[in-house]
Amino acid sequence: MLKIWSMKSAQQKAENADGAAGKKKKVTPAQLRVQKDLSELSLGSTMKTVFPDPDDILNFVLEITPDEGIYHGGLFTFTFTMGPNYPHEPPKVRCQQKIYHPNIDLEGKVCLNILREDWKPVLNLNAVIVGLQFLFLEPNASDPLNKEAADDLRSSRENFRRNVRIAMGGGSIRGVTYDRVLTTR
Amino acid sequence: MAAAATESGVSRWQYLDHIRRTRGPFNQDSDVSEEALATLDKTKILVIGAGGLGCEILKNLALSGFKDIHVIDMGTNSYALAPDTIDISNLNRQFLFRKDDVGKFKAEVAAKFVEKRVQGVKITPHNCRIQEFDEDFYMQFQMVVCGLDSIEARRWINATLVNMVDMENQDSLKPLIDGGTEGFKGQTRVVFPTLTPCIECQLDLYTPRAAVPLCTLATIPRQPEHCIEWAHIIAWDQEKPFPSLDKDDPEHITWLYRKALARAQEFGITGVTYSLTQGVVKNIIPAIASTNAIIAASCCNEALKIATTAAPSLGFEESYMMYSGDDSIYTNTFKYEKKEDCAVCGEVAKPLEVNPNWTLRELLDSFSTKADLQLKKPSIRAEGKTLYMQFPPSIEEQTRSNLDKTLKEGLGLDVNHEVAVTDPAFPALTFRFILRFA
Ligand SMILES: [Zn+2]
Repeated sequence: MLKIWSMKSAQQKAENADGAAGKKKKVTPAQLRVQKDLSELSLGSTMKTVFPDPDDILNFVLEITPDEGIYHGGLFTFTFTMGPNYPHEPPKVRCQQKIYHPNIDLEGKVCLNILREDWKPVLNLNAVIVGLQFLFLEPNASDPLNKEAADDLRSSRENFRRNVRIAMGGGSIRGVTYDRVLTTR
Repeated sequence: MAAAATESGVSRWQYLDHIRRTRGPFNQDSDVSEEALATLDKTKILVIGAGGLGCEILKNLALSGFKDIHVIDMGTNSYALAPDTIDISNLNRQFLFRKDDVGKFKAEVAAKFVEKRVQGVKITPHNCRIQEFDEDFYMQFQMVVCGLDSIEARRWINATLVNMVDMENQDSLKPLIDGGTEGFKGQTRVVFPTLTPCIECQLDLYTPRAAVPLCTLATIPRQPEHCIEWAHIIAWDQEKPFPSLDKDDPEHITWLYRKALARAQEFGITGVTYSLTQGVVKNIIPAIASTNAIIAASCCNEALKIATTAAPSLGFEESYMMYSGDDSIYTNTFKYEKKEDCAVCGEVAKPLEVNPNWTLRELLDSFSTKADLQLKKPSIRAEGKTLYMQFPPSIEEQTRSNLDKTLKEGLGLDVNHEVAVTDPAFPALTFRFILRFA
């Protein structure tokens, strides 16, 4: 067998005179990256993070309370889950409420390009939360997950706005009852 | 003469042994001794993948004199949760499989076939995903050869082997030989984990296949493949025309083809055909038997050279051999540079001497005064433990009480634990330290 170890020892000596041995408890690359991402978040006044277990930074909840636009007055929460391959895979993001939104389906799945086909490892959590925030300000009908909501938005913005208010109050639209998300009455 | 060689017939190994007994400019007397010759019998080698490349690799390793081979096949079918089994479409190039083997596990059939063909070799099959094994399993091998078509699996084994390297254990550094093909193109790489560039360092050599978002499939297909995936994933699930999808049943494929075709017409998309439907549904990656043979052969020769030191191997100078048969033939062997900021093998943690009785606050204060750090707002974590984060506010509040705890007693930190320190003033940097107690 090739004597690789003598080369390894030589490399180690060259790199470190006092020889850093062992790596019994190494921080995983995903944790390292999320730590960096978190310290660079800009949450503003409309967003808040909640960590059910602060030691597990790969799982947290983001609260969004839009202060303008159609969804103003609502409180929406999203679970963020980063897998061991983050940032080579996008974070998994789900809305915890059943809401009426053309880009979020009834199970909470979110259609945001950077969470799927346009994700790149150079993007970070801040890019995702900016994207989510934007979805509440500018819901778009062109890439829908909730087809009815998208059709409503396309045909009449006024009608769509009315439906959003009904849904946010816990009302029903076409037989589907939505979760009440209003923080004010 | 090595014992096993005599048992299985002298003639088979005669010429190989002759090469190995001959002293050349690149080996020493100790490399050509009878003792050194016998080491090949004891080398335990792991093959990952038992598909087109894997079959070739197993055959070649056995014919090169390796005696103790393990093979894992985890399946490449992205829709199946179970290990991939032999499909009728594999038989054209995965030559260890016969028609009777359809439906059986690849690793098992391949192992049995080569064992029967090459006397004296022991091949142990594992029908599972590589991720199901831990470091203890991988530690038993001297070398790993990959013949995979999954980038994820390559990256996983690469990261595992890099993480296993332990300065206190000579046997922890396992050479990784990686072969890959696509159509007429292929590559062979050798990685000596932590010593030479790893797979992750070379990740930008791949052009990722774009995943189609479900919302595109559901609402605005643009390509014939989108219509087929829609029929496969959405329409089949809604209508359930047969109890379960059999990708070899022409009736099932025809159903998907008709559905996809109708959808394509609805959206004015052309190009949906029966064979495209079959290709998309079966997730067929163009594979050419002879490209597999070329790449597998070069992988196995590198394995033999590393195991026997018969000749210099790929790895320390040049580490990457590319083969291209797309436009006549071209091959090039080149040196790939290690990436300083590689997520897997870069940023080696530096030792940091601390007093175990310091509070976390005292440790953080020391970061602000240390000349080579000068951090004003450090956040610090250990593996699976958030020690103190300055941001976001909620986690700052949750971890604030740690500041007055001592490192060893209070926070459970110990020698050889790694800590990672970030500071918003240096967004591009993560400082990693291995704790040493003063
Ligand atoms: Zn690397």
